[in-house]
Amino acid sequence: MLAYIIRRIFQSIIVLLAVGLVAFSMFRFVGDPIEQLLGQERTVQDVERLREALGLNDPFPVQYATFLGRAATGDFGISYRQSRPVAEIIAERAPATLELAFVSGFLALTVGIGLGVFTAIRRDGWAANAIMSLSLVGVSLPTFLIGILLIYVFGVQLRWLPTFGRGDVVDLGWWTTGFLTTSGLKSLILPSITLGLFQMTLIMRLVRSEMLEVLRQDYIRFARARGLSAKSVNFRHALKNTMVPVITVTGLQLGAIIAFAIITETVFQWPGVGLLFINAVQFVDIPVMAAYLMLISVMFVMINLLVDILYVWVDPRLRIDGRHT
Amino acid sequence: MFMLRTTAMLTLATLATGAYADAHSTTLKWARAGDSLTLDPHAQNEGPTHTLAHQIYEPLIIRDVTGEFEPALATDWAPSESDPNVWTFNLREGVKFSDGADFTAEDVVFSFERAKSETSAMKELLTSIVEIRAVDDYTVEFVTDGPNPILPANFTNLFMMDKDWAEANDVVSVQDIANGETTFAATNANGTGPYTVASREPDVKTVLEANPDYWGVGEFPLGYTTIEYTPIQNAATRVAALLSGEVDFIQDVPVQDLGRVGETGGLVVKTAPQNRVIFLGMNMGADDIERDNVDGANPFADVNVRRAMNLAINRDAIRQVVMRGQSQPAGMIAPPFVNGWTEELDAVQPQDVEAAKALMAEAGYGDGFTVQMDCPNDRYVNDEAICQAVAGMLGQIGITINLNAQSKALHFPLIQNGTTDLYLLGWGVPTYDSEYVFNFLVHSKEGDRGSWNPTGFSNADVDAKIVSLSSETDLDARNATIGEIWNVVQDEQLYLPLHHQVLNWGMTESVGTEVSPEDDPKFKHFSVN
Repeated sequence: MLAYIIRRIFQSIIVLLAVGLVAFSMFRFVGDPIEQLLGQERTVQDVERLREALGLNDPFPVQYATFLGRAATGDFGISYRQSRPVAEIIAERAPATLELAFVSGFLALTVGIGLGVFTAIRRDGWAANAIMSLSLVGVSLPTFLIGILLIYVFGVQLRWLPTFGRGDVVDLGWWTTGFLTTSGLKSLILPSITLGLFQMTLIMRLVRSEMLEVLRQDYIRFARARGLSAKSVNFRHALKNTMVPVITVTGLQLGAIIAFAIITETVFQWPGVGLLFINAVQFVDIPVMAAYLMLISVMFVMINLLVDILYVWVDPRLRIDGRHT
Repeated sequence: MFMLRTTAMLTLATLATGAYADAHSTTLKWARAGDSLTLDPHAQNEGPTHTLAHQIYEPLIIRDVTGEFEPALATDWAPSESDPNVWTFNLREGVKFSDGADFTAEDVVFSFERAKSETSAMKELLTSIVEIRAVDDYTVEFVTDGPNPILPANFTNLFMMDKDWAEANDVVSVQDIANGETTFAATNANGTGPYTVASREPDVKTVLEANPDYWGVGEFPLGYTTIEYTPIQNAATRVAALLSGEVDFIQDVPVQDLGRVGETGGLVVKTAPQNRVIFLGMNMGADDIERDNVDGANPFADVNVRRAMNLAINRDAIRQVVMRGQSQPAGMIAPPFVNGWTEELDAVQPQDVEAAKALMAEAGYGDGFTVQMDCPNDRYVNDEAICQAVAGMLGQIGITINLNAQSKALHFPLIQNGTTDLYLLGWGVPTYDSEYVFNFLVHSKEGDRGSWNPTGFSNADVDAKIVSLSSETDLDARNATIGEIWNVVQDEQLYLPLHHQVLNWGMTESVGTEVSPEDDPKFKHFSVN
């Protein structure tokens, strides 16, 4: 088990380095940061001076090595756009994204599993069919469209919920939270539905098909024959055995929720790291882009690692096989 | 029951006090697409950054909503009678910075020196100044390297800082991003302006409170005691925030939503011509150009081709279809309030496809040619759609366009490096004088001039005239030279002006303001209706 984890960590580091290299090779296609840093009256000498000082004249492997060297000491540089340390900006923005991702993930998981089980058990009921048809909307509509629709209906027409931002937040010193104020909670509703809808329908459909599969198995039939209650059969015996694929998907989707919050954050002007990244791309703010991409890849790698470990824990068969190989 | 009633009474009482407080304080909730990049007033020469700085800091002179000079920290100014190289500015007395320090000539000298320093973004506007002297506490003299009749025009975004405050907080020099520095002035401010910063989270929210000790109290409307500034990047969300009443005032209203906002009860859209002309430029100087299908020749080198293109463009159609009425067709690259603008020069030639085809045939391109057009897609109002429309119109005279629309961060380097043959660009004239246009767009690309002229146009006579403008003190002679240069530019069809961009501000009916051509609301001029 330990050897397995160490091997996985080693692989993860290689993946991280590769992601960084690809990212740095892409930056020059995003544009020239000098355009944004100096006004239209700039002189050629100024452009050259700044370019040299920022290391933009170096080939990208050199830029990457410099970045890694500094990052190793915890220094991610200064944002070109905001002129403040990148680490400070990301730390400021992360709570917004993480809280949004947490609420969306929670919604997706609870509602998704609940509806999945319901639609599997009541396979032919009209309610289950209606839910299945509606879930197509969640899978097929693009996020920004759902966001704009929700803003239009609940923000502009009904005026129940705020159209943008995070509302009032409480500063805990190292974390800002929107969970403690009414406006903060109200502001969370639309973005978290927008962000979580796709995952919710995905989990629901997955749970449903896995459940249908499991419910056909002999041991379920025997469990019924033994006279166990329907609740016990459905939730203790059936649902538990559908969990392995659901954990994989949920794990990967949690990463996706954080990484792809970009669109939702842009539509709702949610002050998280996704919006920060979009601004950085438009400004060609290389230090912020680099730090963000590295952070996201670290997160994906960590989640994958955790999922792998969870497998072994949930499925005893993997544990036994692992011991022999 | 008793409990319930007491609670209800208490709630009512709280509500009542809340309403009472509201009668004395007025809040303006303001949104635009971008945020200010820094609070350091000399670190960025950029619209949203200057706009926020105008509320907190002040220059010697500002421009009012009509574009005219308005005294701010200087009460009056004039060139010295004895020496044509000197401008004298008399400063306003009794002005205090928000930390209580007095504003004096020493601060002016310090601020200009700071703005002229190596890492300042404002230094290009001050290159002609060789010395700044404090004559007494309230008089400052600017010595230039030659007579500079339009010097004050460079001062309208040049903000005054307190020397002692800067020294105490170690911000005497402007932040140098390249050295990885962070400074106190980037996140803190101490100005003489009508508002002070109550709180600021970059990109999220900035709250300004009225400065009770402001020198202009009683002189300006100062209708709002609190300004809440939230950048909202997505245009649809920004409009939704105005429609839902969450903000009172937005800049950058997308043209497709103007009707919607205007028709909503309680909301109004106000428009004004903006200080920005959209135009096309061509590489006319090269012997052969790379991104076309003509070998060994450059079609743009022939003035007939350039004139044909000018005739082929239907600017009214662009205005109606692409810009939904929100543009003013242009014949020259200068908005009407710029010195040197004339109605004649700005007159637009109507589209004449037959005449254009004849000119093409005369130039030997009767069968047309193919060329690449470079275009930004995130810089100007509907920029990519303008290029598509122009491509269609040029197609009518046989010029096939390969459109290359991309982000501004990729587009502008093409113009800077001269690796484009046909491109779209927008130009504003912050000094309100044609010399600025000539320096950057018309002068040959050499030295500090012509940095935005990748056309290859180079005319020694014109260059000499442009250089002479900076030191000509006889304003009539100077204006005559400006007219001569414009005539060459128009005759040569150096550029193809398309239109003057129009600015739109959306607001609730209670907001009392007109639109400023610089797109920089100054909230001290705002009243509450």
